[in-house]
Amino acid sequence: MFIQSSLSDKSTFFQKLRSLDYIMLFTILIIGIISSFAMYSTDGGELRYHSESHIIRFVVFFTMMIFISFINIKTWHTLGYLFYIIVLGLLVWASLFGITAQGSQRWIDLYFINLQPSELMKIAIIICFAKYYHRIQVANVNRVRNIIIPILILIIPISLVISQPDLGTSILIALSGIIVLWLAGVNIKYFFYSSLVFIISAPFVISFLKPYQKLRILTFFDPDKDPLGAGYQIIQSKIAVGSGGLTGKGFLKGTQGYLEFLPEKHTDFIFTLFSEEFGFVGSILLLILYAILIFRILRIGSLSRNFFGKFFCFGFGSAIFVYIAVNMSMVLGLLPIVGSPLPIMSYGGSSMLATMIGLGIVMSTKIYSRQLIS
Amino acid sequence: MIGSGEDSGFKKSNTINRRMFIFAAAKAVVFFGIVGRLFSLQISENKKYLTLSDKNRLREARLPPVRGEFVDYFGKRIAKNLTVYQLHVVPEQVEDFKTLIVRLKDILNLSNNHLQELIKKKNNQKPWETLIVSENLTWDEFSKINFYLHELSGARPVLTVGRNYPYNETYTHVLGYVSEASVEDLVTNETIKERNVPGLRVGKTGLEKALEKELIGTNGVQRFEVNAYGKRINQIDFKEGEQGKTIKLTIDTEIQKYTQELLNGRAGSISIMDIYTGEIIAMNSSPSFDPNLFLYGIEKDKWKQIKKDPLKPLLNKTVSGLYSPGSTIKPLVALSALENDVITTNLKVNCRGHKHPLELYGMKYHCWKKQGHGYMSLQNAIKQSCDTYFYEAARLLGVDRLYKTAKKFGLGNVVLGEYFNEKKGVVPSTKWKKEAIGQNWYLGETLINGIGQGYIQTTPLQLCLMTAQLANGGHKIYPKIIYDNNQETIETIKQKMKFAEENKLKDSNLLSATEKLFKKDEKTYDALYRNKENVKFVLDAMFRSTNEIYGTSFSSKIEDPKYQFAGKTGTAQVKRITEEERELDLKTNQIPYKERDHAWYVAFGPYKNPRYAVSILVEHGGSGSSTAAPIAKKLFKFVIDRHELREKEKKKNLATTDI
Repeated sequence: MFIQSSLSDKSTFFQKLRSLDYIMLFTILIIGIISSFAMYSTDGGELRYHSESHIIRFVVFFTMMIFISFINIKTWHTLGYLFYIIVLGLLVWASLFGITAQGSQRWIDLYFINLQPSELMKIAIIICFAKYYHRIQVANVNRVRNIIIPILILIIPISLVISQPDLGTSILIALSGIIVLWLAGVNIKYFFYSSLVFIISAPFVISFLKPYQKLRILTFFDPDKDPLGAGYQIIQSKIAVGSGGLTGKGFLKGTQGYLEFLPEKHTDFIFTLFSEEFGFVGSILLLILYAILIFRILRIGSLSRNFFGKFFCFGFGSAIFVYIAVNMSMVLGLLPIVGSPLPIMSYGGSSMLATMIGLGIVMSTKIYSRQLIS
Repeated sequence: MIGSGEDSGFKKSNTINRRMFIFAAAKAVVFFGIVGRLFSLQISENKKYLTLSDKNRLREARLPPVRGEFVDYFGKRIAKNLTVYQLHVVPEQVEDFKTLIVRLKDILNLSNNHLQELIKKKNNQKPWETLIVSENLTWDEFSKINFYLHELSGARPVLTVGRNYPYNETYTHVLGYVSEASVEDLVTNETIKERNVPGLRVGKTGLEKALEKELIGTNGVQRFEVNAYGKRINQIDFKEGEQGKTIKLTIDTEIQKYTQELLNGRAGSISIMDIYTGEIIAMNSSPSFDPNLFLYGIEKDKWKQIKKDPLKPLLNKTVSGLYSPGSTIKPLVALSALENDVITTNLKVNCRGHKHPLELYGMKYHCWKKQGHGYMSLQNAIKQSCDTYFYEAARLLGVDRLYKTAKKFGLGNVVLGEYFNEKKGVVPSTKWKKEAIGQNWYLGETLINGIGQGYIQTTPLQLCLMTAQLANGGHKIYPKIIYDNNQETIETIKQKMKFAEENKLKDSNLLSATEKLFKKDEKTYDALYRNKENVKFVLDAMFRSTNEIYGTSFSSKIEDPKYQFAGKTGTAQVKRITEEERELDLKTNQIPYKERDHAWYVAFGPYKNPRYAVSILVEHGGSGSSTAAPIAKKLFKFVIDRHELREKEKKKNLATTDI
């Protein structure tokens, strides 16, 4: 044990470099390039504000990710709670002094970047839970104390994000946390009971939602009811995807996007735009790329010798899957419209930052897979 | 701790892996769910969404159809199209209507009245319907609008087609006029409804209305791409519409213009017809008005003025005005009496003037001539228009026999068919009176019928046709105002007339009826007489009426055989003359306008080889010989001078149709 850990500690930089997961890196790079082209298309085939800052962000954060890869996984384990508390502090900061945009107070001004702490919370909650369950033995997982503490850890940030209000992100934070709880072995009955409680309380919860959130959920069930209002996004998105056909309308030729029928085309609906221009073939290709990415993350998790890395990779990989699934189901009209970006593809610095931190930790898990954490 | 740690670590690892596996299975389901959804949207329902996407991005604009033009016999354009600059606004696409209107007011110097009318109009229509702010912008205004267009969101400068009648009022009663399509136009005419665009002009009267379907043309279609806000991005496709048919008329503009001059200031009508081809050379009704006034909606004052004019400019007197024919009917009465063998040309009647009028059942029937004509032969009776003679002739003939002849020669029926709002008029008969009035016929009515008074009502064009059919020797012709591409030479027509005459001798109604069935379109120029000599006699009498001393139109004669014509005057009473009035014997200008006689003149010429028939009416113009006949003198000179040109044109047309 000692030998192993010292081996890891003492591996040369060259060895570390060699043990990077190149398939994963390559996949991320391709998705990044695809996203840059898609962003270029949203700018109407010109290198303008969105595409430019997206590309810059990708390059910067991708580099940052590689740096993070070389940080020992132990460090992340040590800093796990601190990271969570800092992000929680930022969330409180945001709700007190944040910038309000589009009726939601979710950003804080850091002078060089407008940070959205709720995006970081998606990753912080996984790190926090990974650290929490790293030590706890299976037998103790279902103790009352070990149920209540994680629930508190989860509920505090969620309620902060809901009050911003930001339904989409709070759901994704909840799902990220619940995934780790599930992996840790929390008794199935708790999941069963809580979902029962959720379903029963849903009508009450809905009555507390903001009118626009209520409308979104109601419109989901019948988008044609209000085709020019709340249902507009779903209808136009389906038209864009459907009209793309097998091979798409071609790069920069997506009329729905180009003629501005698509709302929020560079953020939540980037997949719609991509799918319109590259069709079924392109969409499947992108899905496969994401599948490869997720498989690599899960594989790294399964090879990790420490539970922190394992929990994190499984948690993060699954969370990425959930983000993708929620975003795509949403734009394909399978789920109500709630704000949820598509990892790497969507425009948005905080989301990109969080994703890259997560991928960096995954990479670090790979490099330090033999690292044991006591 | 370590030992048990390893053990529990193993257990923990197992739990995680098991749970991960369950989760992965769920993920696979979701993954394929998404793939399935993509497949159904992009592959299965691709067509549906492609259509929806096209519907999103493509808009079609129908352009106004380009109306067909009218040309006269010589190909001169008499109704043409103009490029018109207009300003349209679709209120739905305007952010702030008030601001826009105020801005437009500044740019175009619109009056407050106009502004108020616009706002009223806007409130009465649907927000997506086009509002025409200005119907006829000058080029300066149009360029100004284009210059400021960036700050006039929602305003659309439009190039459209307007109508122009270069000869102003000359053709009004033939062509009619166009004006903006009304709701009624849209409801009654499918074609207009189909091709309607905002501001479309359609025919309101005359040929413009009657030939709407042929004239209107088809819409051009412009397809362009719009963005989500309805803003036009670029044009994708443009399909030009087809211009409506150009309609060629048989009318000669110069003669038409001249008839306008001849009637200037007076209410009346002139029509001229080719006695063989039936082509109408000119057809005028006076007074007229400028049809160009109606293009953008006529001003209220002007409309009032036209509507209230006592000379009735809105009435097309040539085809829709009904008048007693007066003495112009006498040649026909004479012909009918000869044809039916009730009189011979030798019959003499003594006309003894107002002191000894003809008396029948206590009613007195006066001749127009106070002193009386003395003993009259038929020839002299026509020449001098002796009423007493025709009372006698009509009495012998009877109303029903005259009815038959009059019908045959074209009275009591429309002449040109469906083109105009033509009146049939009345040719009375015993049966007609029973049906229309419910009374028996009185002999006295036969008498006044014989001098063209009483129930008989004709249009000027009917009398023109009657004269033409007499002048060509008594054959049926086919009147037309639209140029017929199946032209026949005069020689062919004359041959056909001869053939019809020979067939007449064999006379078998059955045979000709079956023949007609087989040759439906063939023009047969049937003989309308029994004995050709009778027609000749009547024509000769008409010649004497004009060219011999004591003839009623002798003062209007032309001696030059090139222009020499023959005619019959008519002076139609508009009311019964009382005994006192007869005693007073007032001059025309001493009688109130409304009570003055209508002056008639029907004629044909040149006499030696006749070709044209005319009918002239001057409403309340006094006597035919003093008012109407002098017009004919001028007219024949003018028409015959243009005869050569017309024949040349006809030859040219024949040559081209032969190829």
